[in-house]
Amino acid sequence: MSFVEAIRLALSQLRAQLLKSFFTLIGVTISVMFLIAIVSIVDGMSAYVEDAFAGKFLGVNTFNVRRFPDFQTGDVTAAEWRAWQRRPKIRIEDGLAIRQSLPEGARWSLHDVRWLAPTTRYSSGGPQVLANASTAGYFRIKNLTVTGGRLFTEQEDQIGAPVVVIGADVAKDYFPGVDPIGKELKIDGYPFRVIGIMEKQGSVFGLNLDSQLWAPFNSPMSRFTHARENLYGVVIQAPSSAATDEVKEAVREVMRRRHHLRPGEPDDFVLESSASALSAWDKIKSYLVLAGVVLPTIGLVVGAIVIMNIMLVAVAERTREIGIRKSLGARRRDILAQFLVESATLSTIGAAIGVALGYGLSHLISALSPLPTHVAPWSIGLAVAIGAGVGIVAGLYPASRASRLDPIIALRAD
Amino acid sequence: MSTPHGAAHAADAVIRIRDLRREYVMGSETIQALRGVTLEVQRNEYVAIMGPSGSGKSTMMNTLGCLDTPTSGEYWLNGQEVSRLSDDALARVRNKEIGFVFQTFNLLPRASALHNVELPLVYAGVTAKERRERAAQALERVGLGQRMHHKPNELSGGQRQRVAIARALVNRPSILLADEPTGNLDSTTSEEIMRVFGELHRQGQTVIMVTHEPDIAAFAERVVVLRDGRVESDRRTAREAAA
Repeated sequence: MSFVEAIRLALSQLRAQLLKSFFTLIGVTISVMFLIAIVSIVDGMSAYVEDAFAGKFLGVNTFNVRRFPDFQTGDVTAAEWRAWQRRPKIRIEDGLAIRQSLPEGARWSLHDVRWLAPTTRYSSGGPQVLANASTAGYFRIKNLTVTGGRLFTEQEDQIGAPVVVIGADVAKDYFPGVDPIGKELKIDGYPFRVIGIMEKQGSVFGLNLDSQLWAPFNSPMSRFTHARENLYGVVIQAPSSAATDEVKEAVREVMRRRHHLRPGEPDDFVLESSASALSAWDKIKSYLVLAGVVLPTIGLVVGAIVIMNIMLVAVAERTREIGIRKSLGARRRDILAQFLVESATLSTIGAAIGVALGYGLSHLISALSPLPTHVAPWSIGLAVAIGAGVGIVAGLYPASRASRLDPIIALRAD
Repeated sequence: MSTPHGAAHAADAVIRIRDLRREYVMGSETIQALRGVTLEVQRNEYVAIMGPSGSGKSTMMNTLGCLDTPTSGEYWLNGQEVSRLSDDALARVRNKEIGFVFQTFNLLPRASALHNVELPLVYAGVTAKERRERAAQALERVGLGQRMHHKPNELSGGQRQRVAIARALVNRPSILLADEPTGNLDSTTSEEIMRVFGELHRQGQTVIMVTHEPDIAAFAERVVVLRDGRVESDRRTAREAAA
């Protein structure tokens, strides 16, 4: 009997007992549904974290020299916190010394931030904006471009020109219905001239990246952002991802020397990269993946037991049929294949329904919650393969019992 | 040992059985169902096997049908020794050489008449198209050309048995093996089925029929009576003598 033949037979068997088949598959269906949904959440968040967070927010091949980490995993004890506060500040001179140590092709920027409330004569106000004061290299490192106007230059930074590039939402909130280029924006009474509007960046973890503005590091902005001689960070971009570690070690050496650390003493600063921030995510992800695998596995085991039982019942109910088939020339392997294909078909259909429901669930989740989801094609393949596999494993024992029936006894069955 | 009607050549024997024994162990007891049966059936013979219950009739039927293997002895079917074959090899022989007709019809209840008749061809590995053609021909041969797509429960007892006969014939078997083929039928329908058997026999089919009813056995041309696991008598019927 051919394979196609066996599947056709299995399908007619399912049609004949639709309700029973439905209950048989429900375990596999639900397991696969959750498998698909959870994997889609993990995958969606991964894509989000890696593209939006690591790429956009931190930058590619980039790391920051900071006093203490900005992105935390786990709890920080009060003692740790106090120790961090005692660390030396990151100073402009540190940044300049770091620049001396960088290889050709690397980029560098001093960077300070502060939440501020600007004012313009075109609007009565808006939400606070994240004000950045940075050297001109910052834009290249973060791969930022303007949609209108221009970025500030190194010369403007050096002379401390009071110019500012504003985010798309700052333009919307503070210059409603007005072209902001060339207009004035005041920060605590200090006037800045708007020279550019940044391309839209969206938001990362609730932080609106379009509600920012950027002024030269040496401009009056530093009065606000750099008040206590304590840099938010020095941003460094290695010339390539291969060179990142080498550049990092060079920068670490500079900082240790400047802080007079002896060998064996721990760093009193951090080199925070997208990789180190992502390690937090990787940890969360590993828990999610574990949950996404373990929970459906329990469901699949239950599903397999249900299928095995239903198949045993089917074999018992169809003993006569097995006898008839054997009397007409069905070999053991024909009967074995018949029941294996039947249980595999059953279970694969269950898995396919689960894929469809999981797909729906994943879309529902991304529509109703802030969780980004993405159904990975491999998870669909995996789910269907698991479905067929569970069916074959669950069907093995019943099918082998069916195949070993004595035709004489089977023919006598009711 | 020679055949009762020595006119036929031994080479033409479709069944040749020598000293066939079959023992069953039932707990501490050993039951001897067949105690040395020797029998030959020529091609295109029409044989009835009779006997009271416990005579070994059923065991004989199962052994002839390759559903069971003997404890000892030889069974040559269509030139092949089949008494020592494996399960799968026996399945092959049942598929190619034997067409079963059962008392209880043994049709698959959810399958159409056509599909039921196709079954042996499925296991013979015949393509779907050829299967349908041959199954339809077989059904027409037993006069059920108009009822191919009916399920067994939409057919009368006689019609069901004719579906079963069509199924038995579809793989062109060496022997048609019928086990009490009229046991579940009324006398009119029984005669109708016997007419079908008679027609098939005239067309050249070898027919072996196990029955305990003498008037059904009378349709055959030769009657073998078993008793206590041995052949008690083996004679030509009046019908054949008259022919």
